[in-house]
Amino acid sequence: MKFGVVQFPGSNGDQDAYNAVCDVLKQPVEYIWHKSTAVDGFDCIIIPGGASYGDYLRPGAVASLSPVIDAIRGYADQGGRVIGIGNGFQILCEAGLLPGALMTNSNVRFKCSYISVRVENNFSDFSHKCTVGQTLSLPIEDYQGSYYCNADELKPLESENSILLRYCDKSGKVTYDANPNGSALNIAGILNEAGNVAGMMPHPERAVDDILGSADGVLILKSIAQRLD
Amino acid sequence: MKINDEDTMSITDTKPIKPEVYKEMGLNDAEYKAITETLGRHPTYTEVGMYAVMWSEHCGYKYSRPILRLFKKYREAIDGAGLENAGIIDIGDGLGIAMKIESHNHPSAVEPFQSAATGVGGMLRDIFTMGARPIACLNSLRFGPLDDARNRYLFEQAVAGIGFYGNVVGVPTVGGEVYFDECYSGNCLVNAMALGVIRHDSVAYARADGPGNPVLIIGSHTGRDGIHGATFASVELSEESESKKSNVQMGDPFAESALIEATLEALETGYVVGIQDMGAAGITCSTCETSAKSDTGIRIDIRKVPVRETGMTPYEIMLSESQERMLAIVEKGKEDEIIAIFKKWEVPVEIIGEVTDDELVHVYDGDELVAQVPSKSLAEDAPTYDLEGREPDYLAGLNNYDLSGLAEPDDYNDVLMRLLEVPSIASKQWVYEQFDHTALGNTVVLPGSDAAVLRIRGLKKGIAVVTDCNGRYCYLDPFAGAQIAIAEAARNLACSGARPVGATDCLNFGNPEKPDGFWQFKRAVEGLAEACEFFDAPIVSGNVSLYNETPQMAIYPTPTIGMLGIIEDVNKRCSSEFKAAGDIVVLLSGVRFDEGESLPVCERESLGGSEYLNTIHGIVAGRPPALDMDREKRVHKALIKAISQGLIKSAHDCSDGGLAVALAESCIAGGLGADITISANCGPSAALFAETQSRVIVSVAAENLGLLREIVDECRVECTVMGTTGGEVMKITINDVEVVNVGVEELDSCWRNAIPGKMAETGVGC
Repeated sequence: MKFGVVQFPGSNGDQDAYNAVCDVLKQPVEYIWHKSTAVDGFDCIIIPGGASYGDYLRPGAVASLSPVIDAIRGYADQGGRVIGIGNGFQILCEAGLLPGALMTNSNVRFKCSYISVRVENNFSDFSHKCTVGQTLSLPIEDYQGSYYCNADELKPLESENSILLRYCDKSGKVTYDANPNGSALNIAGILNEAGNVAGMMPHPERAVDDILGSADGVLILKSIAQRLD
Repeated sequence: MKINDEDTMSITDTKPIKPEVYKEMGLNDAEYKAITETLGRHPTYTEVGMYAVMWSEHCGYKYSRPILRLFKKYREAIDGAGLENAGIIDIGDGLGIAMKIESHNHPSAVEPFQSAATGVGGMLRDIFTMGARPIACLNSLRFGPLDDARNRYLFEQAVAGIGFYGNVVGVPTVGGEVYFDECYSGNCLVNAMALGVIRHDSVAYARADGPGNPVLIIGSHTGRDGIHGATFASVELSEESESKKSNVQMGDPFAESALIEATLEALETGYVVGIQDMGAAGITCSTCETSAKSDTGIRIDIRKVPVRETGMTPYEIMLSESQERMLAIVEKGKEDEIIAIFKKWEVPVEIIGEVTDDELVHVYDGDELVAQVPSKSLAEDAPTYDLEGREPDYLAGLNNYDLSGLAEPDDYNDVLMRLLEVPSIASKQWVYEQFDHTALGNTVVLPGSDAAVLRIRGLKKGIAVVTDCNGRYCYLDPFAGAQIAIAEAARNLACSGARPVGATDCLNFGNPEKPDGFWQFKRAVEGLAEACEFFDAPIVSGNVSLYNETPQMAIYPTPTIGMLGIIEDVNKRCSSEFKAAGDIVVLLSGVRFDEGESLPVCERESLGGSEYLNTIHGIVAGRPPALDMDREKRVHKALIKAISQGLIKSAHDCSDGGLAVALAESCIAGGLGADITISANCGPSAALFAETQSRVIVSVAAENLGLLREIVDECRVECTVMGTTGGEVMKITINDVEVVNVGVEELDSCWRNAIPGKMAETGVGC
């Protein structure tokens, strides 16, 4: 299974994603330059985290207009799998590949911390190694991580089981206090309608070894690598 | 600074510069005279500006250079190949760590967000211009009390600025320290530190070898920001400082991140002869320093420098401190290849001149020669002054202050909670959560422990890194305080299982032209120089920041230490929180073995300089706690050995707030109580809160206690069993009297909420 990791100017999570695929999944991986107009031959494309274009204007806004995003849009339309992590999630929302938007955190401060998320859906290509209700410990690091969508967008997310992860406390309860940034319905990660595009603010690629504080991210990565039939 | 029509612009016809002009730039009459003698004529306006910045304390170290020679590595560099952008410490396996700490104090007092941000940016550039890939940042911050709205504003903005820059660049900020004291009101300290990994065979140097080689300016366009920042850093802050906002640079972390990738790729080619960051004094500093080091000269045309705005004078272009810029000297014939790399990363790059063989910096404005000065006179001939130091009058009185009459408090629980709420001691989560500390996926001990620990991809070993300094100790005794800063940094490393291998220092002091200030500076450096060699942590790089005072007061002498250690096996590391109920809590201390086992845990006089005295009694007096470096080192040795054998579950050093605060911190971090019993031949306040040096609280599984005792015996370290972990309450009994009994949750809440509570008080005002 061949992975591609998109490189935008300024995106700094590209190495983490690349290393996680190499070290943990032991799968082939290549960088995809932001000016690329074709992304064929990949089994999954990772849009990594970390301040593409310096987060200037709005996080993800500039990157969403890159040539590679047009190519990825075509790739996703054909059923290709795409996961956006952190800034990658913001880019996918800005590009319209996922519904909603990421807004400034409710306390108006950057937040870097290990948090808990509850797995809401384990039928997806991104989560089938998890169980529903399982609590994962993953790091977040963002200033604009507060998920927002309007009521029309929210309904299908709920009815079609497209909410992937929600912020919860250590025991798995989805509570107000466990919401680190004011996200609607504690949403930490979602899927598109077809289930082949995922976005999440927590960083599974940074939680791949107990030495780093958690290896729970491996479940997400392995779900992708061993796709559902 | 306005240019008058009569000021000379071309070197062909120069007139005397008016004294008020060069004096406002920071030069005195003798220095101006020396310039005219070197040039054999009067300088142009541009030239006098170049000399003024290069000969300022900030760039030329005119007061500090004679003292810095006390540092062995500094002496070796000055007498040998010259100073580089940062120092490199060998960590084995063909790898080194490039490391440096630097201040951005004065601008932060005026424009904290941008100044803190550019402090981080400048540090990172010093690291990657060596050819090292940045892997971590730390910082050391000091502000006035948070009860004051202005201080809250400075603190909030400086933290946000550091976060903004580091988070966008994508280099994790893994640790640091924050202190609050009245002496930093009006003159806060913002020290930024960065580290990078480098292969020894790919180190880049700040040199301009090979006459005929092209000289490139790389990175952001040059604007009017930051002109005379170096001179601004070399005077005291005053009411007029607000008007110096134009001396503050603006940061662009997005530009920096592209610059990092492009620079490292360019250095990989081997065609870059030399490279230097443009920090203070911008193009002036980078051209004269690189050429002076190579016994060459440089000719540039400032009209080729990409600029942000029209109408910039040669003076402004030469002195601009616009950020995210570098000077590179490239092998002739290979410039197209190098330029192509920068273009790929969309980083601006222009050839602005070439290396010459005449040891002169020539600055052209098109056809007109506006400056022509010997490189070495700018870079190396800054006049130095041997100042007279004098022990401050306040000191004897403070040192001999009689602490024997202090009343014991009624309620030790209350005192403990009040200490945990002191912002200097309280949890710094509010700060470090605003910094991305997990980027790059190497941080294995996260902020909040004694030292940050990072793994190095592909290696078994890891590195640990800390920043440390207790300014109050240095105020009471700069020599002893500086030595304690080194000892405590090394102790924090040892608590993570690391042995120190090198250090960097940021010497924050007051006005050196005042005998008191100079004496503090000299004594502190003497202390550092001795201690850093003793603890095998030579100072390989650093920065001097003087004039940190306002008309009201000077800061405490604050020689901040950044120290690097190596953990042979990163899997055998240690952190500060208690891990499991039923473990034995042991105090390792530096009391000499042959002095017997029944020594007291404390000494009365070691309450001197303590946070307890400061907070509870409102007294800053006494002597800092005594330090015996030999004992201290033995504790480190025992600790590192025990950790490497996996015998120790947690280790935390006793520092600010003493034994009780250290115990509380291990309880809070682990969410576990402890039942502690000690004997002491002093009052409970001294037993609980004295900041006696060379002490570490460890927890160990009961079955390993014997093995631990063998190691401490061998290292001649005192080992006192104090109790066990467990439950939800922290209890301390002294001489059969229970003096502390508080729930861990209660301790946690007051420790964790102290800074957020202060910051929420009444908002922030500027």
